[in-house]
Amino acid sequence: MQNSDIIKIENLTKRFHMGEGDFTALRNINLAFGKGEFTGLVGPSGSGKTTLLNIIGSLDNPTEGKAIVLGNSVSELTHKQSAVLRNFHIGFIFQTYNLLSVYTVFDNVEFALLLQKHTVTERQKMVMEALDWVGLADKAKSKPAQLSGGECQRVSIARAMVKRPEIVLADEPSANLDAANSHHIIQTMKKLNRELNTTFIFATHDEKVMLYLDRIIHLKDGMVEKDELVPESKTKSHVSL
Amino acid sequence: MLAFKLAFKNLIGAGLRTWLNVSVLSFAFVVIVFYNGMLDGWNRQGRSDTVAWETGNGQYWHPLYDRYDPFSLQDAHATVTGEAAKLVKENQLLPMLITQATAYPQGRLLNVMLKGIDPNQEILSIPSASLKPQNGEIPALIGKRMAESAHLKKGDHVLVRWRDVNGTFDAREVQVVDIFKSNVPTVDVSQVYIPLSILQEMTGMKDEATLLVASATLSSTQIKGWTFKDTKFLLKDFDEMINAKKGGSRILYLLLLTLALLAIFDTQVLSVFRRQKEIGTYIALGMTRLQVIRLFTVEGSMHSLLALILGSLYGIPLMLFINKYGIPMPKSADQAGVAISERIFPFYSLGMLVSTILLVVISATIVSYFPTRRISKMRPTDALKGKMQ
Ligand SMILES: Nc1ncnc2c1ncn2[C@@H]1O[C@H](COP(=O)(O)OP(=O)(O)OP(=O)(O)O)[C@@H](O)[C@H]1O
Ligand SMILES: [Mg+2]
Repeated sequence: MQNSDIIKIENLTKRFHMGEGDFTALRNINLAFGKGEFTGLVGPSGSGKTTLLNIIGSLDNPTEGKAIVLGNSVSELTHKQSAVLRNFHIGFIFQTYNLLSVYTVFDNVEFALLLQKHTVTERQKMVMEALDWVGLADKAKSKPAQLSGGECQRVSIARAMVKRPEIVLADEPSANLDAANSHHIIQTMKKLNRELNTTFIFATHDEKVMLYLDRIIHLKDGMVEKDELVPESKTKSHVSL
Repeated sequence: MLAFKLAFKNLIGAGLRTWLNVSVLSFAFVVIVFYNGMLDGWNRQGRSDTVAWETGNGQYWHPLYDRYDPFSLQDAHATVTGEAAKLVKENQLLPMLITQATAYPQGRLLNVMLKGIDPNQEILSIPSASLKPQNGEIPALIGKRMAESAHLKKGDHVLVRWRDVNGTFDAREVQVVDIFKSNVPTVDVSQVYIPLSILQEMTGMKDEATLLVASATLSSTQIKGWTFKDTKFLLKDFDEMINAKKGGSRILYLLLLTLALLAIFDTQVLSVFRRQKEIGTYIALGMTRLQVIRLFTVEGSMHSLLALILGSLYGIPLMLFINKYGIPMPKSADQAGVAISERIFPFYSLGMLVSTILLVVISATIVSYFPTRRISKMRPTDALKGKMQ
């Protein structure tokens, strides 16, 4: 952790109300994430990866303990404040891409910027730059339905990155992609992580994704089982991207 | 503004369903405008016809006169003197003497109103000039409806019997000198017009009148011995009929509007249910739930804006066409006893258009809003999973 922590998880527990009694999805988690990390949450299905990402993304609140993101305790934010936090500082990448099907690629990427204050020319420049990062500038006018799965996920990377957020949360980004595409998108993200010093947190089971991670946090039954830093030499980060 | 832009894209993106809703709503819109326009057109034509042919700019009645009670006519007459006489001379007032009479066309018996009118008058549209006395006969003027029901033609003679001032019966033959056509049935059905001076002489009511019709230029003043009735009072029957028609048509088009709104409501309920993942995505991208609600509401309500545009697209040419030729009215409509012309030319007032547009837009917005309220209860994480009860 070369930089100061931008995310701190303190004694975090998350319980869901079930029919009778509660189900504990996360138990007493303590973690910190620094600027520019490229970290993965791994673990079996149901271990709480998505739940943790959602809380960091301020889409959900902890039951106990705290999640402090960029100095904000997520459980203390108003709807509006958490919307602003997501809009300016957090990018999301979903397994199913979640692109808006009636919009063009350009419009999809532009969306978050529309909620901010930018001029048309600024937006145009930022969107085209983001599409350049993922190599899709020539598809700006296409609709998501006209793209392949790999291209869709690259659009959603551009959408997450266009506002240059501090944090990107990616939940199983490669789960719907073949091997070649998985490598491609993870390399794209690694490159952006390096160039823009963006913190990436993944939830994944994908071995291919794990190859690129700097840090792997193993979750099991809602607890941190192991938190390991991957030595520089072992990661694929040295591969020319 | 953003919500409008996004809503528009979503709506157009939704394709067929949108256009189905928009078509139904535009149809409701056009029907409402057209129906109201027709009634307003009828109202205006009917009112101006009634004013021109019957009521004038108000009437001064003999205090005993009751238009619904023919027996009141026996006593409801008085000599026109003083201020009233002066105004008559200045052509500001038209005196009319009315008496109950019986006509015997071809041996049949017909109860009629015998009305004395000055042949030189210009206050009412009744073509009284044809009553200027000729060849010693008593000239009579009747309307087309009267002519038809009594089987009378121009030039026919008909025996008329009436009571004079003392209640004594007297009878004379009159000659139909002209038959007029009017949109106002009440000046026509069972009415016989003869020169005022002749009727006054026949009844022994020299210089007397039952009522005085005001000219358009007369500003309503009090005249001693006469009771002023304004046009609002005189047109009461007509107004009531138009209001009844409006009430009836309102039920029809509110039903139509309700159908169109139900379709939008249904679309909205379905949208909120089926597009949970999209809703979750909006929230993840930094929209508040309130903004998402606004987006969906604007989207639903925008159906109405598209409907206005679509409705204008086919409604305006249609209405221009109709206004050129008018709407032919069935003859049976005449039986209602209120003024109606053969063709009605719809009239579209700005106020009616604006209130119809507001009705459509506001009601569409309300039905669009209600289903979206459940967005505020959605948890973003559940929305993203797209799984909700
Ligand atoms: N809204 C909810 N209500 C009840 N239980 C929930 C809810 N969300 C998650 N859970 C439970 O919490 C546990 C952790 O879920 P989570 O989605 O975080 O797992 P995950 O590690 O992401 O699994 P996967 O790899 O399958 O995506 C699961 O057992 C799940 O059933
Ligand atoms: Mg998961």
